[in-house]
Formats: sequence, structure tokens, C-alpha cells
Amino acid sequence: MDPELLSRIQFALTASFHFIYPPLSMGLGTMLVILGIIYLRTKDPKWRQLSFFWVKVYALIFAVGVATGIVQEFEFGTNWANYSRFVGNVFGSLLAAEGIFAFFLEGGFLGLMLFGGNRLGPRMWFIATFLVVFGAHFSALWIVMANSWMQTPAGYAIQSTPEPVRAVMTNFWEVMFTPSFLPRIGHVFMASGTAGAALMLSVSAWYLLKKKHVELAKANLKVALPFFFIFAAINLFVAGPIQAIEVTNYQPLKLASMEGLWETQSCAPLMIVGWVNEAEQTTTGISVPCLLSILAYQNPQAVVQGLDAFDPDLYPPINLVFQVYHLMFNLAVVFPIIGALGILFYFWKRKVFHSRFVLWLFVITIFMAEVAVISGWWTAEIGRQPWVVYNVLQTADAVSPSITGEMVAASLFMFIALYSLLFILFLFLLNAKIQKGPEPLEEVETAAVSSLPNTFREVFRRRNAPRAG
Amino acid sequence: MGLNELWFVLLVVIVAGYLILDGFDMGVGILHLFAARSDTERRIMLNSIGPVWDGNEVWLVLGGGVLFAAFPLAYASLFSGFYLAFMLVLLVMILRTVAIEFRSKRPGAAWRKTWDFVFSICSLGLAFLLGVAFGDILTGVPIDADGNMQVTLIELLNPFALLVGATAVVMFALHGGIYALMKTDGDLHDRIHRWMPRLMVAFFVLNTLVVLAIVASRPLISERYLSHIWLVIFPAAALLALILSWVMLRRGRELSAFVASGMMIALLLISGGIGMFPNLLVSTTDPAYNLTVYNAASEPNTLTVMLIVALIGMPIVLLYTAGVYYFFAGKTVLDPDSY
Repeated sequence: MDPELLSRIQFALTASFHFIYPPLSMGLGTMLVILGIIYLRTKDPKWRQLSFFWVKVYALIFAVGVATGIVQEFEFGTNWANYSRFVGNVFGSLLAAEGIFAFFLEGGFLGLMLFGGNRLGPRMWFIATFLVVFGAHFSALWIVMANSWMQTPAGYAIQSTPEPVRAVMTNFWEVMFTPSFLPRIGHVFMASGTAGAALMLSVSAWYLLKKKHVELAKANLKVALPFFFIFAAINLFVAGPIQAIEVTNYQPLKLASMEGLWETQSCAPLMIVGWVNEAEQTTTGISVPCLLSILAYQNPQAVVQGLDAFDPDLYPPINLVFQVYHLMFNLAVVFPIIGALGILFYFWKRKVFHSRFVLWLFVITIFMAEVAVISGWWTAEIGRQPWVVYNVLQTADAVSPSITGEMVAASLFMFIALYSLLFILFLFLLNAKIQKGPEPLEEVETAAVSSLPNTFREVFRRRNAPRAG
Repeated sequence: MGLNELWFVLLVVIVAGYLILDGFDMGVGILHLFAARSDTERRIMLNSIGPVWDGNEVWLVLGGGVLFAAFPLAYASLFSGFYLAFMLVLLVMILRTVAIEFRSKRPGAAWRKTWDFVFSICSLGLAFLLGVAFGDILTGVPIDADGNMQVTLIELLNPFALLVGATAVVMFALHGGIYALMKTDGDLHDRIHRWMPRLMVAFFVLNTLVVLAIVASRPLISERYLSHIWLVIFPAAALLALILSWVMLRRGRELSAFVASGMMIALLLISGGIGMFPNLLVSTTDPAYNLTVYNAASEPNTLTVMLIVALIGMPIVLLYTAGVYYFFAGKTVLDPDSY
């Protein structure tokens, strides 16, 4: 067995499974912050009740995200030792900075967020929640920064003595802000927001369909729907196109693969659906003429480089890239339409709360959002192949020389078994939580809200007094 | 002290931070099955670390990141060389994390007992594997000129490494037990208290065996101490910290005992670090292949940037971590938010 192939499969599996959770921690976290702000403004207890419910859901998502995240940091060393040797100077420092600046913030305040509802006043609880969510976004920022360096490396020089050959940092600023970083982080944040809002939208719609917690669900849906629409629309009309332009400029071969564009041409078409035949070098399907030229260069006559402009030895798996990209793209088009439809039905005599068709559409948004997020990530990562650091180091040269096929087969088997178990348990517990729904405040509150410490001064002074309970 | 030496010191500090903080999480986990009997008692054990365990685990992530950034060649050789051992570490870490989170999410007795078992056995497994890895690093590894090694899991589990592994388990059980004393009262507290003398004696015996084995058969480390005899104050101070912990425990001053046992863990790691320096990985194939803080390090540019990052970030981290601990200090009380 080939350790390189198995390592690729293992990394793809573990990274994809991990990537189910962080977008939800960020997106659902953002929605929790919004719920918190509304509660602080209105003091209406229903928002507090919803916060107690969603914090529990958040805890579950966060737990699996943390458990699977640590695997990623280990795998660079275990499976990709030559990659680690090559990039340690540059890539390692971004990971370390992520730990110091962001992950500690997240981990440190998580306890206050999860256990703070009955120990902190609403304002302090909100601050703890905000810091965790800020930490989650800040953490993603460093990780996407590190990944962007792999896509569009900058601020480094290749040094070959002493052995081994490695990339050394010449300018930290350029390492941080590579050309792809800002477009990509914007896209990731908007996609996460869409996924988080979709989760709230989906669960609220489910309650309305099942006639459970109806008043709470209506209130929650009224908050989730506009944000779902806003995040999805910004992604489709602003963040997505900006990233597409960046890919056009810095990774033209990836763009040609995403669109299955074999010939360099002006007035290049944008494919809607299709199939790439890599053997015959053809792409068949439905397309819109000239739209790719317009999106890439804002000019219908602009020339877009096709696959024929590049060395065939350096092609990624083109049909796979094409399919995952179009899956993401088409879903990204559907999201704002669902959002707009919902908003329309809201203003049309509040029909949104009763239309079973629209509610069912809302229910499935979370599944579609997860598929979109992961297929987007696949587009970025598979589209980068055969390079691990774009145009600098090939994935085949990055693998650990000391590992054998048997070793990786064993660990791959372990991850398949473990992650299947985790996923089943996660869905089981999430489903149980959602079916049970928000509990009445009397059951989750142990003290009157007004008695809880609500300023920093009170938080630390109260420690000296014996706590009731 | 140059950048390379400074980063070696910082790495030791970060790993010590991890061992002290996540060490008591592991210890509480090891004692979980034995000391806590009823569901309420087990929930108290779990919730004693509930608000802080996740932050504690970040120290390991940071340790990995710093090793990767500051000494990438050592990171690559160690992680790929100990492949299966690290996969086992991941397995127990993942299971431990989800056991903590999942256990109290369902009311069923079988569900909870299963996760109690997973939590306890994985805490023990993690402590053991960390000890084994530490033992193997002290012994040296068969790396070649390119820093790669072919070593099987069985070779990693040699008698010396097993001894260090067992020592680590007892050490963390002791450390976590003292932490649990601060967080519990009543029967549970008394039961944990009864475990303490046994654990202290067991740790003292095991640790003495480790020291004897090092003196007898790890010439590189013993030579370091013989040539700079004053360095013996570090292991001596570790012994002193253990005695102090014992005395404080007998006087019922649990916080002081906990601080002392934390100091002891840090001093033991420092003693090991002194023995290793400047090596990160000693090659048993040829001393010329040793990975040191000089030949395995990143360039000064990276080390400087990282130092700035650490100087800005770590004081803030320490400040709010202390704040969170202060907030959750005192006996653990269960409420509807608890695990």
C-alpha cells in the first residue's frame, strides 16, 4: 500500500470531517451574539430562553470541533514530515500565533459561556459569549491565513544550505497578507454566517411544522431569516466574486479546472451544470455565454486562459474540481433565493409561518449549507493539487519518508471507525436536544437574573461572599 | 542567551504549563472511576474540571505549534517517527474530550457508566503515553542523517519508557487528586484524601527508579549533571516540592499542596530539559545526527517574529486564564448548566 495515497485520503477525511463544525461554531456563535444583543436591549425573557437553548447546541458542536481539530495540527508532522520541514519557518509560526492569540481566547472563555448563564449577569454572560465567538473567528483567520500561504505563497525565500531545502521567512507581513488571504477569509466568514443562520432557521421552521414552541420559533425565525439572507447575498454578490477574481489572477489553472475550460478564449462561457471528460478533453453541459469573462475580468470580450495554456502534468483532477465547485456555486445561488422568498412570504400577511413548502425549504437549508461549505473547501484544496504549496512543493514530495503503508492504513481505519461513531453520536445528541427544544426559564434558572453579578467589579467582589446553592 | 536557547526555554515553559494544567484534568480522570461512586459524585468530579479543561488543552496545541515553528525539523522527525504512538494519543484525546461533553447529555445509567469508563481509561492512557514518549526522548531515537527513523510501537514500549509512563500516571493522579480535594467536600473529599498517601509513596518509589535508571544507563544526561554539579539543585528542588506538597496536605492547606505539586512537575521537566540540552532528539545511530536547538531550528527571522508574538500574547493569556480560574475557584456546585 502506498503511504502517500493513504495519507492523502486520511488528511482529506479528517480535514473534511473537522470542517463540518468550525463554520457552525462561528456562524451559530454570531447568531448567539445577536440574540444576546436583542435580549440586552429588550429584556424580553424569551430571548434569554433561546440563548440557554442555543448555548447547549453550541457546546455540542464545539466539543466535536475541538476533538477533531487537534488531529489536524498533529497530522502535518505525522504524515507530512517533509512538508513540515520545508514550511516550518513560515507556516508553523502562523499556527503558533493562532494558538497564542485566538485559541486561548476561545478555550479560556468557553467555560464562562457554557456555565455562565446562572453565574453571570446578562451583560457579563454576553461579553463571555462575544469573546468566545470573536476567538473562533480570530482562530479561523489565522488558519485561513496559513492555508492562503499554501495557495499563494509570498514573503519567503528558498534556502538550500544547510539541508534540507526549506522556505524561510523574508517578510512576515507578506506571509500574513498573501494575495488570496483577504478574499478567502471574507468568503469563509460569510459562508460560516450562512451556515449558522441556516441552523437556526432550520430548527425554527421544524418547530413551526411540528407546532411545538410556536411563539419562540416565530421569534427565532424572525431573527434568523434576515441574517441568513444577508450572509448568503453578500457571499453570492460580493465575497464569492472577489475570491473568483483572486483565483483568476493568481491560480488561473484552478479557475480553468473549476469551469472545465479547455481552450483559451475570449467571451468564455460560465457552466451551470456539466461533465468533464478528461480523456477526450471536452466539457459538456449547460452554459451561459461570455459570463465567465464578465465575472473574471468584468469584460465580455476578455480572454480567459484555458487548460491548454498549462502543462497537463500539473492538472488537478479536473472533473472532481468542476463538480464540487458547481455544487457549491449552485447552492450559493439557491440560498439568497430561499431567503428572499421567505422574506417575501413574511411581508405577505406573515404567510411564512404557515406555508409548509417554505418551512420545509428552511428545514433543509442547514444540510445544503454544510454541503456547500465542504464542497467549497474541496474546490480550494483539490484545485491546488498536485501542489501542496502552490507552484513550490508538490504533495508527493511532502509525505513523511519514515511511514509505511501499513501504518497509515491502520490509522486511517482508526479514523474511519472513530469518526463514524462520533458522527452518529453527534447527530443523536443534537437531534435529542432539538426534539426536546428550549426548556422553560424556570427550569434552567437557579437564581433571579437581577441577583447575578453584572459588572466586572461585581463579578470579582462576589467571589468573597459564599455562593448560594 | 541567544534566540535558539531562549526558544528552548520557552518550549519547556509551555510544555510545563500543559503538564501542570491538563495534568490535573488527567489526574481527575484517572481517579474518576475509583474515587467517585455515585452519579452525583462523578458529576462533581467532571464539573470540577468542566469550565477549564478546554483552555488547558490549548497548551498542548500551543506546544505543538511552537515546536513546529521554532524547531520544525524536530517536530517533523518526532511526529512522523512516533507515528502510531501519536495516533494512539489522538485516539485517547478525542475520546476523552467527547466523554466529558457527552456523558451527562443523556440520563441513562448505562450511557453514563460507559462514558465514565471511557473518560477514566483515556485520561490514564493519555498520561501513560505522554510518559512513554518522554521516556523514549530521554533514551534517544534511531534517527538517520535525514532525521527519519524506523521504529516500531513495540520498540517504543521498552522497559524504561514503560517505567516513565507508569510514573507519569501516578504523578498526574496525585496532582489531579490534590486538585479534586480543593473542589470537593464530604465523603468524596475524604475518599480522595485516603488515596493521597498511597499515591505519594508510589510516585516517590517509581520516580526514584527512573532517576536510578537514568544515572545507570543514560550517560549523556548523567554526564551533564556530573560536569555541572550545581545543576542538581533542580531535581533536588523537585524533591523538596514533593515533600512540601506532602506537608501542606497534612496541614489541610490544599491550595498550597496543589501549587507545590505543580512546581514539582515543572521542576522535573526542567531537570529533564537540562539533561537533554542542547539536544531535542538524540540519535542512537550516530551523535552527528542529533537534532539540536541549533540545527533543527527556524531562521532568526522567524524566531524573532515568534518572540514578539509570544511577548504580546502570553501576558494577556495568563491574565485572563488567571481570571477564569479565580472566578470558578471554590467547591464545585452542580446547577442546570453543569455536565
